[in-house]
Amino acid sequence: MTGEQPYGGHMRGISMMRLRGLVKKESYQIIRDPSSIGIAFVLPVVLLFIFGYGVSLDAQHVPMAMVIDKPDKAAFDFISGFGQSEYFSPVIMNNIQEAEKALMQRRIDGIVWLRGDFGRLLLSTGNAPIGVIVNGVDANQARITIGYVTGAWIKWLERFSMERGRPLNIPVNVDYRIWFNAAVRSRNFLVPGLIAVIMTLIGAMLTAMVIAREWERGTMEALMVSPVKIQEILLGKIIPYFVLGMGGMALSVAMAIFIFHVPLRGSFFALTIGSALFMLTAIFMGLLISQTAGSQFVAGQIAIVVTFLPAFMLSGFVFDIGSMPMVIQWLTHLVAARYFVSILQNIFLAGDIWPIFFSNCLWLVAMGTAFIVIIRKKARKRLE
Amino acid sequence: MLRRIYALMVKEFLAILKDKKSRMVLVLPPVAQILVFGYAASFDLYNVPYAVYNEDTGEASRVFLARFDGSRTFKFYGAIDDDAQIASLINLGKVLMVIHLGPTFSRDLSREKTGTIQVILDGRNSNTALIGLNYIQSIVADFNEDWAATHGRTIPPARLVVRSWFNEMLDSHWFIIPGIVALLTLVVTIEVTSLSVAKEREAGTFDQLLVTPMTPVEILVGKSLPGFIIGTLEATFIILVIVTWFHIPLRGSIPALYFGLFTFLLSAIGIGLMISAFSVTQQQGLMGAFLFLVPSVILSGFATPIANMPRLVQDLTYLNPLRYFLIVVRSIFLQGASFDLLWSQYWPMALIGVVTLAAAGMLFRGRMY
Repeated sequence: MTGEQPYGGHMRGISMMRLRGLVKKESYQIIRDPSSIGIAFVLPVVLLFIFGYGVSLDAQHVPMAMVIDKPDKAAFDFISGFGQSEYFSPVIMNNIQEAEKALMQRRIDGIVWLRGDFGRLLLSTGNAPIGVIVNGVDANQARITIGYVTGAWIKWLERFSMERGRPLNIPVNVDYRIWFNAAVRSRNFLVPGLIAVIMTLIGAMLTAMVIAREWERGTMEALMVSPVKIQEILLGKIIPYFVLGMGGMALSVAMAIFIFHVPLRGSFFALTIGSALFMLTAIFMGLLISQTAGSQFVAGQIAIVVTFLPAFMLSGFVFDIGSMPMVIQWLTHLVAARYFVSILQNIFLAGDIWPIFFSNCLWLVAMGTAFIVIIRKKARKRLE
Repeated sequence: MLRRIYALMVKEFLAILKDKKSRMVLVLPPVAQILVFGYAASFDLYNVPYAVYNEDTGEASRVFLARFDGSRTFKFYGAIDDDAQIASLINLGKVLMVIHLGPTFSRDLSREKTGTIQVILDGRNSNTALIGLNYIQSIVADFNEDWAATHGRTIPPARLVVRSWFNEMLDSHWFIIPGIVALLTLVVTIEVTSLSVAKEREAGTFDQLLVTPMTPVEILVGKSLPGFIIGTLEATFIILVIVTWFHIPLRGSIPALYFGLFTFLLSAIGIGLMISAFSVTQQQGLMGAFLFLVPSVILSGFATPIANMPRLVQDLTYLNPLRYFLIVVRSIFLQGASFDLLWSQYWPMALIGVVTLAAAGMLFRGRMY
């Protein structure tokens, strides 16, 4: 610690009185500039509201063209399954050319094509081909659509075989259970992930901009030449923003539970500890950004670059980290949101899984400590 | 007039490029991001760890499980011999799934009955679980077909012949990576434009600009051009990386791509300048940029399809230029599209651009009188 002065009765050279003054000053600044309160409380609510509804990977009512070359009972029997399913919204088309054109124009996502000999092959040799064409541009959705079509096909096979008194006899059948999210609602894992992304933005935005502003206006230098110590200045900034951020976090959790009906299976205790650690790390990162940047312009640019996109792409929020190349997996360890996404997804869906929780917390503590060490080093340099 | 615009443009460029840090922020991140995100952003699964709980000692179970060994998608984590271990492996995230074969699996198969396997998946990320399940289903379907053929079992009366257009292997990189062009171009353009007026307001130089002989239209053009040039250069660079490094096929018309880029930049710059003209301080400008960027990325169809959104949110996405440009980029890259398929995407972007630029110009003028 720099310039340790023997002020009696204060903890580690920090004067509670000066600290209180700073926190008060910082709090007034927050209250008088409504934008900070807006960022902390209104922003998470609005963003979570829109995104929570908007972001979903569950495809429903996939527009599919049904092309039947020779209308007969067998063909209509097959496609009737599609009309009843909530996964499809089938459109009957007259010929394959029309359907292919619609696929090209993105009006439909796929085609089911029963050729003229479907009915005949079905009853004679068997193994009648059912043509399925999907638009593969969105590969993930195309896979999901193929999965749905396969499901419809198996259902039809069972029905068809039963009607003929020969129960379907396939060699291996898959019976599956999806733990933690039996209904496979993608919202259940996307909403906790969104909270992590939104909180990353808010933590960095709150602090990065505000401190860069002080540097730019020169008020930081004024603070520095006062008897106030660097750690007091930092604490004075961290405390009010931490309180604000945690408030926003509490609102987001309440929304996840009450509006989006995401189950909360873990404890509030773990949720609070995890959130607090993350919030501190995010604020430290904001401090570091503003300190490095010096001007609001650059601070803003850095904040956009290092917070939002990495939190979106590299946190495991939508894209599975385990499937990324090894080098990229290492890189994700530098993204604080990664740990918070994992903490939140676990606490919400699986419960308190302590080994995972502790290892994530440990990483957050390590990151936060690294940030604060760099911040203090830099702050000292600027002071001299 | 042209000379005045040129002078302003040069000044804008200097303002952006003269600061070393600001220059770095503009050049380095897009380069790093296209590489990192290009590898990271994918829905495909590789090396998914799985455990096997095989209670069956028969030959058939080994033949069946061997199918998973050869796949790039799965990575064998270990065998377990006890029900209780399933929970600990899945809870701790050691494996994504456990494949359980009951004691009668081989017997059922050899007696022409159906052998059932049980798959337990970690649904914390339910999309990953579903994709994993789909992979398993297709391995099982292949196995069933081969088994039925070699063991003389009755084959099903109809089979699916699936083809996927534009992306035969269903590689989701092909979907995400062209989208990154749109994403990064938007971020860079908004960064460059959204603070350009606010910065001058704060410094007081915008008032000086207003008392020069320059008209608001000239100011508008002068302030837009750097965004256009930087946006076009960065987009070109990213497109080159995508084609040469990631080997994503660029099948469609390049003029149509650049026409799309032009309308997209028009709309992005219009929105950036409007944000900038609205804000009095840089902080507000940045906030505006953030507030626009984050929803426009998340609600663009970049990662999660617009078709899955509720009606109201879908309607909201019509205001989002990224929505249209993503379609343009993907159609041209993968579908081989040209102008005729894309007019419905061009005009909304152009409209957003014209409206927002006009609004920005008016806001400049509003300050003048």
